[in-house]
Amino acid sequence: MKKLSGFAIVYLVLVFIILYAPIFYLIFYSFNSGGTMHHFEGFTLKWYKELFHDTRLFIIVLNTIIIALLSAAISTIIGVLGAISISMFQKKKWKNGVLSLNNVLIVSPDVIIGASFLIFFTIIGIKLGFASVLLSHIAFSIPIVVIMVLPKLQEMSANLMDAALDLGASWKEVLTKVILPYISPGIYAGFFMALTYSLDDFAVTFFVTGNGFTTLSVEIYSLARRGVSLNINALSAILFLFTLLLVVGYYFINRRTSKGANMGVNK
Amino acid sequence: MKNRVKWYTIPYYIWIVLFVIAPVALIVYYSFFDIEGNFSLVNYQKFFTPVYMRMTLNSFWYAFLITFFSLLIAYPTAYFLTKTKHKQLWLLLIILPSWINLLLKAYAFLGIFGTYGTANELLKVIGIGKKQILFTDFSFLFVSVYIFIPFMILPIFNSLEKLNVSLLDASQDLGASAWVTFKRVIFPLTIDGVKSGCQAVFIPALSLFMITRLIAGNRVITLGTAIEQHFLITQDWGMGSTIAVFLIIIMIVIMILTGSKRREQK
Repeated sequence: MKKLSGFAIVYLVLVFIILYAPIFYLIFYSFNSGGTMHHFEGFTLKWYKELFHDTRLFIIVLNTIIIALLSAAISTIIGVLGAISISMFQKKKWKNGVLSLNNVLIVSPDVIIGASFLIFFTIIGIKLGFASVLLSHIAFSIPIVVIMVLPKLQEMSANLMDAALDLGASWKEVLTKVILPYISPGIYAGFFMALTYSLDDFAVTFFVTGNGFTTLSVEIYSLARRGVSLNINALSAILFLFTLLLVVGYYFINRRTSKGANMGVNK
Repeated sequence: MKNRVKWYTIPYYIWIVLFVIAPVALIVYYSFFDIEGNFSLVNYQKFFTPVYMRMTLNSFWYAFLITFFSLLIAYPTAYFLTKTKHKQLWLLLIILPSWINLLLKAYAFLGIFGTYGTANELLKVIGIGKKQILFTDFSFLFVSVYIFIPFMILPIFNSLEKLNVSLLDASQDLGASAWVTFKRVIFPLTIDGVKSGCQAVFIPALSLFMITRLIAGNRVITLGTAIEQHFLITQDWGMGSTIAVFLIIIMIVIMILTGSKRREQK
């Protein structure tokens, strides 16, 4: 293959700079003692200190993490079982039908998901707050888990299950000892995706959250609408580090497992 | 065994009924009620008035521009990326900013594009002088494209990766110039990636509302902004649902337009 031309390198570097500049801009000004995002007066850590003493924000962060972990765990369980059910359909028509229904929430714009869930919760009388946010997050994470798990199920040979059944395994044993270990990379990927979707979501939460309950995204939105406050910058620096750790960690876990599964066949 | 399998999967089908079918049905149902709760078609009449039509067209135009510029920047990026040494790592680094909360990135531009921000400083240095950047169409487009670029790069990168290298060699051996190879071989073979990239950008671009609120300062009203406004501010759920119904229809049309080829191949 040809080597990169000078133009290509310059182009890539430019794209990288543009993609990262706003993030580092935020982080840079989080150390500004001046209190604005345009004139750097001096180095300070006071915004971080303020952040760590802000109990309201601490509760919001806690809420966000609890919602993310709970919704990811529950949606992974439901999604994995759903994917197994989809993979077992004999008729293609049914399979594709269920799969299309599955994908509705993935392709729907957030605003529509948010608005329709708002109507739904109001009609069945679920109070807007923790419960409605959790249910929504579970709901929009399930199809992602299914999509991540299904390819693994499809590449699994049906003989494997038949063999286990012939050897006298119960359905429960087939599930826990054959299917789940085989598809575990897909399950991890699904859980991780569900986690990040939940942490990242703003629009749906914005619609279905009540007065008393806020997640981090909604809080950032209402702070940002009021204008610049360097607390947000400090927060974004911490979130950036956290995301970096999460993604890099995931990358290495993923690389290790996929290496084992491909057995040297690196595409 | 079959019945046992079904028992385990009940929650999944309950989910489909409650959170996929019911919400869409409710949106359609509500679109037939006016603000007082009477059954009527007034919302649909309203939607076809010039005010809403102009808004829809505007929304389309912005979404088109956002998709176009994202593609323009993303395609070469993805192409060059496939030629780098540690391409998976570089790809990860390109995708990484998309994991950062969207609102934080939008917020960053409040500072960069602000009256005393870096962008204006730069303009001053060049000699153009201070300009109002924030709360203009330009800032809205710029920030949206910025946010959507990774979503465009990923599918294009994947389809470029699947491309058979020997085809490129063949094209070159047969005397095609680099440009002809690109136009006749590379681009047509990666069109599926381009399509799914456009799909991943266009539909969200139609329905964004937080960026319009933060960056465009209510100057730009997209379909998404209108839905949010009707649901959360004016509490006119009927009208909001009607716009949502049209957004769903548009979405389905786009899916059919951009997804047809892939189905044929299967």
